[in-house]
Amino acid sequence: MLDIRNIVKQYANHRALDDVSLFVPEGQIFGLLGPNGAGKTSLIRIINQITAPDAGEIFFQGEPLQPKHISRIGYLPEERGLYKKMEIGEQMIYLAQLKGLPKEEAKKKIKYWFEKLQIESWWKKKVEDLSKGMQQKVQFVATVLHEPELIILDEPFSGFDPVNAQIIQEEILELNKKGATIIYSTHRMESVEELCDQIALINKSKKILDGAVKEIKASHKNQTYKLSYTAKDSAELLQSNNELYNILDQTEDDGEHTAKIQISSSYNLNDVLSFLIPQININQILEIVPSMNDIFIEQVTNIKKF
Amino acid sequence: MNKISLIIQREYLSRVRKKSFLLVTFLVPVFFIALYAGIFYLTKKSFEDTHATVFVLDQQGGIGEQLENNRNITYSKSNVELQEQISEIKGKKDNINILIIPADFYNSKRIELLSSGKPNISTQNEVKSNLTSILQAHQYSELGVDPSIIRDLDSNIRITSKELTETGDTKDSDTRVAMGISIALAFLVYLSLFLYGTQVMRGIIEEKSSRIVEVIISSVKPFQLMMGKIVGIGLVGLTQFLLWVILSAGLLSAASLFMDNSKEMTASVQSAPGMPQADMAETAGGFDLDVALGSIDFPELLICFFLFFLAGYLLYSALFAAVGSAVDNETETNQFMMPITMPLLLAYALSFGVIVNDPHGSIATWLSFIPLTSPIAMLVRIPFDVPLWQIVTSFALLVLGFIFTTWVAARIYRVGILMYGKKVTFKELIKWFNYKR
Repeated sequence: MLDIRNIVKQYANHRALDDVSLFVPEGQIFGLLGPNGAGKTSLIRIINQITAPDAGEIFFQGEPLQPKHISRIGYLPEERGLYKKMEIGEQMIYLAQLKGLPKEEAKKKIKYWFEKLQIESWWKKKVEDLSKGMQQKVQFVATVLHEPELIILDEPFSGFDPVNAQIIQEEILELNKKGATIIYSTHRMESVEELCDQIALINKSKKILDGAVKEIKASHKNQTYKLSYTAKDSAELLQSNNELYNILDQTEDDGEHTAKIQISSSYNLNDVLSFLIPQININQILEIVPSMNDIFIEQVTNIKKF
Repeated sequence: MNKISLIIQREYLSRVRKKSFLLVTFLVPVFFIALYAGIFYLTKKSFEDTHATVFVLDQQGGIGEQLENNRNITYSKSNVELQEQISEIKGKKDNINILIIPADFYNSKRIELLSSGKPNISTQNEVKSNLTSILQAHQYSELGVDPSIIRDLDSNIRITSKELTETGDTKDSDTRVAMGISIALAFLVYLSLFLYGTQVMRGIIEEKSSRIVEVIISSVKPFQLMMGKIVGIGLVGLTQFLLWVILSAGLLSAASLFMDNSKEMTASVQSAPGMPQADMAETAGGFDLDVALGSIDFPELLICFFLFFLAGYLLYSALFAAVGSAVDNETETNQFMMPITMPLLLAYALSFGVIVNDPHGSIATWLSFIPLTSPIAMLVRIPFDVPLWQIVTSFALLVLGFIFTTWVAARIYRVGILMYGKKVTFKELIKWFNYKR
């Protein structure tokens, strides 16, 4: 869908994007992650042709990105807003027309969406009479109204209560199912694992990580396990064995011990188990898979949490 | 192109449909006409109020008979003693006076005027001038000169200023009317450049602070958004002018019907006996208004007004747009407004003195060529017959100027609208200007 190659964006005294390359596959939900000020918004603005890169190229479905592609992209910016004194219906029509939709068609589609989200009664209302959450809903409709093939959502859930966030999340998934490619930019990881197929992590103007969510998580497993056991000899606790494994953490609850162990890279779980079975009664063993949140923090701060 | 027309449409309709637009459009002419009518009415009323009754106690003799009634004063001979006359009029509210002409009036040239209320200055002057002519007639006859000869002597000089056109013909001309029109034009252009310029600025600040701007510029180019706003608001301005012209024309024609009636009235007063014709001409200003108005080329003026207003508006509103894009709210605009409004203010202030008094002098000519001041300065000069080549050159420079400011403004605008929470300085603006895109 989108092939971003070696993008550089230089502002007067800082480089917002430094040689960033990404590939967004068709029909996926692509998570664009990064802390505040990493360069996500700069990249999104370049994709939306609001600003131009200083170097690098972008291809939209194989073609170099051009103004004609604008009508095929829907963009919900993080800094969003509407004309406060304008009626909602009229405003929606205006925004749709700017995206190239004829007036009558725009009306029909707005009606469809308003019915779907049960906000038909808002048509004649002015934006200033709506709550912030309500405005967000309207804004979401404005973003997807012209049935864009690529939908770019910058922090789409900020400002929503959990109920409405759920509704919007379902709509996003449905749009994706219907074939839209979605770029989901956020610095909050909760929904990333739930929504995204692929992610890219940008930090300090550089892409530091990208790939399928599953693969990234798999590659960040580092042989850490949670082990529950009871001691055979009541006094004896599990000790670290520097060659085989390390104990990172150990707790006890009502006679049952829980240890977090990390296996040395040259051995595997079987080796450790065959070493441990003679010593302790193993009740449960679980592999600790890092969450995207952990990976994010690790990558951004370079501090290992697990 | 289609998108820019959508933006123009929105900017135009959202403003024209506002109640305040209709209010301003209809109330401003009504207000001015009401003001004019009020002044007219009050002047007329105060004029009527000064009518005075004067009882004449003529101790000199032979003078009271010569005093003739006019529209301001009714003279009547006092048939009673002074004390009795005083007790008769004292405490009365109306303008009632007693004129005492002493027995040695011809020598002492003194009179006494007793009033029932505060002595009215215009009544005093009127009585004085009436007695002066009687005294003059007396003095002439003492010298053996026939007063009627003196009356026929007319030393009043009337000046008819004509302008030599290039073909050598003469043309009636009166600079007073040209001056009036010039000053009115200067005021109108100054006010409207300001008014609509700040509307552009406010609109941009509104878009920026409501954060809709990023949504819009993901669909259209920043330049399209800026130009759409400028053109849309410009059209609002033109609509307002057009409605004002139509409305004032309607109101004026209604007023002139009324004025015709009052003219007949004045005419009848004028032909009343005892009113010297020369006085009337003097009070009317001493020139023929119709001829003076006829000497101004109104179609030329109107066309120039629209052209210069439009180009001036485009030039200034681009600058206002740049300011609007650079700030987060209106309170921050002050530091940038100063340099923009200075040339406008300068041209406006100078138009009252320098330009009107010496419309073809070097200062006036230069100001009417510099694009920042020419929308006002040239319009002020035009009623004084500016050569066509100067008008064309000035307009061409103005158009170049507006293309330049729009280019500069667009470069600042595209960066500014996406910048929040920054304390912007001129240095910063130059930096923005130099950004590639």
